[in-house]
Amino acid sequence: MGNNRLRKLSAVLCAAALFLSAGAPCFADGFDFDRNHLPYSDDWNDYPYDEAYYGQLKGTGASINFYNWGEYVSDGSDGLVDIVAEFQRLTDIKVYYTNFATNEELYAKLKSGAASYDVIVPSDYMVSRMIKEDMLLPLDYGNIPNAKYMNEDFMDPGYDPGSVYSLPYAWNTVGILYNTKMVKETPDSWSILWDEDYAGQILMFNNSRDAFGVALKYLGYSLNTEDPDQLREAAELLKEQKPLVQAYVMDQMFDKMENNEAAIAAYYAGDALLIHNDDIAIAMPKEGTNKFIDAVCIPKTAKNKLAAEMFINFLNEPTINAQNTEYVGYGTANLAAYCLLDEELREDPILYPPQEILDNSEMFINLSDETNLLLDQLWTEVKASNKNVWGWGVLPCATILAIVIGKARYRRRIAKRHKYMAED
Amino acid sequence: MTKRQNSLLSNLYIFVVMAFLYVPILVMIVYSFNTSKSRGAFLGFTTKWYLELFQNESILSALANTLIVAVVSSVIATLLGTAAAIGIRAMKKRNRDLIMNFTYLPVMSPEIVMGVSLMLLFVLFRIDFSLFTVIAAHITFNVPYIILSVMPKLRQMDQHLYEAAMDLGCTPFQAFIKVMLPEIMPGIITGFLIAFTFSLDDFNISYFVSGERAQTLPVLIYSMTRKRVSPEINALSAIIFLVVLTVLILTNVNDVRKEKQMQKGGRRG
Repeated sequence: MGNNRLRKLSAVLCAAALFLSAGAPCFADGFDFDRNHLPYSDDWNDYPYDEAYYGQLKGTGASINFYNWGEYVSDGSDGLVDIVAEFQRLTDIKVYYTNFATNEELYAKLKSGAASYDVIVPSDYMVSRMIKEDMLLPLDYGNIPNAKYMNEDFMDPGYDPGSVYSLPYAWNTVGILYNTKMVKETPDSWSILWDEDYAGQILMFNNSRDAFGVALKYLGYSLNTEDPDQLREAAELLKEQKPLVQAYVMDQMFDKMENNEAAIAAYYAGDALLIHNDDIAIAMPKEGTNKFIDAVCIPKTAKNKLAAEMFINFLNEPTINAQNTEYVGYGTANLAAYCLLDEELREDPILYPPQEILDNSEMFINLSDETNLLLDQLWTEVKASNKNVWGWGVLPCATILAIVIGKARYRRRIAKRHKYMAED
Repeated sequence: MTKRQNSLLSNLYIFVVMAFLYVPILVMIVYSFNTSKSRGAFLGFTTKWYLELFQNESILSALANTLIVAVVSSVIATLLGTAAAIGIRAMKKRNRDLIMNFTYLPVMSPEIVMGVSLMLLFVLFRIDFSLFTVIAAHITFNVPYIILSVMPKLRQMDQHLYEAAMDLGCTPFQAFIKVMLPEIMPGIITGFLIAFTFSLDDFNISYFVSGERAQTLPVLIYSMTRKRVSPEINALSAIIFLVVLTVLILTNVNDVRKEKQMQKGGRRG
């Protein structure tokens, strides 16, 4: 309760601050809404929803299929709002919520054409790929009034010029997570991931795009380079790094860093806050990094576009968005929601890095098919460039050989026995 | 002296094997009571994950879907597989070998191949993914296991029993129910249990054919790997483990009791 009141107070203060100084850090220029009143209430039943708008489809038995990353929408835990349940209560629209683990999985499911979704949450480069392949519907902003809360900096992004098809859901950057007890210096460059002193204590991304992103940035190239020579150079660099790497991981990173099993990891910066270890710090490399955005879109195969747009609008109700942002643990592009966040989160340099870091960061865009193919090949080469390749190859080969020989001998023995029996 | 040492060694061996099998489960159960989401540090005791589990709509509906799929697919696969096994048994040797090799094929091939090919099949025939396609896929990969576990029982069975029953006035159907079925029942039950288990924890195939409205538990858990797997899953796994353990103990106790009764009956007769 106290927390809520504090939040309310901070909202009022925020609005007041805006009133007084146009340059307050949480507001961008041209941001315009009722400054004295951010939609907020302690009790969801009193929340100032636009009932006429959200009631449009009541009694029609409407439903939407929402396809999102796992554990990526507030589900009622930790005292935060249960978004799916609250939306159903408010609008009488049933939400079928299912999950995917990678952008490629989402893409494959949509492409198969045998499953139809109304709201999806792809990342930046996947949005641009889907736009290119004509898989998305343009958003009707007339049905998404809460889009007015969006930070202008996030509208008209490179992956979706003019924000025709997508609205940002959450955003974050890639950083260097390190253990201050195990790493004496303060890292300021990707080069620490290649530092022999930390051999065996480095964790690296276990997916090609993010791993190559790190290497390309270290070399000073673009994340989205299509130049085969630059990509090969990055692959060589990753091969060079391989003996120093303890493991290529995704979510195992949490446990390894938490238990001091590894000293340095390249990972999504916001996730550092989820590690229960006070010695974990984060550094932003001077060479620049990757800023990523997960955005909400409506696929072409959607069955109920209006309901989908209502859901997107609901996700951007300031209080809903603020609580969801707290749950997800990344940054929000919704300024009104940002103002409702606890000051601790608002001022967190990991979640909302200073402008110079953002200026120095780059977003993924979709690569050409040839480059994707090359990237996959090079990544396989990196992962396979193990001097112990014999050790891995011999065991299965020997097993198969043993089975084949054993079976042949067994057959022969049986045949012999049959022969003796026949002779008897 | 050697006997004693031997028993000590064998006890130690059993202990190591048991520890190998059960320590991970024990750790998981312990961490389902951990206050933090961490899998490394135990920060305090709580039952909140159990409470949250029963309020988490998406985990509960995934569990319900998984159980529905497992029960329906293993029952149908058992019916189909048993019928198929009896039919195959009655074939000539050459055909029988041929069909049995075809039966082995799906068992040997990687699941992902099966998942992709089923997905393509459904797409080709324009069948939208749903719980139905998941059940159909699970039946497909379960049938061979039933055939493979019923077949040996059929081979062990004395073929003449069935004929004798008919000689003594049974209709073929009666002979099947009263003579053949009790003989092959252990094989059918084993097959059913294998099918049920496979269906319960299948990820690869369900992942390719599940639809926009229903997902199974393994698919849900896999999707959590970008963030961290929720301790509610530990709580759920702990509950599932305890349920299975209870069922196993009850069946074992029941078996022992039956055996004793039979022994008594045998002595009396």
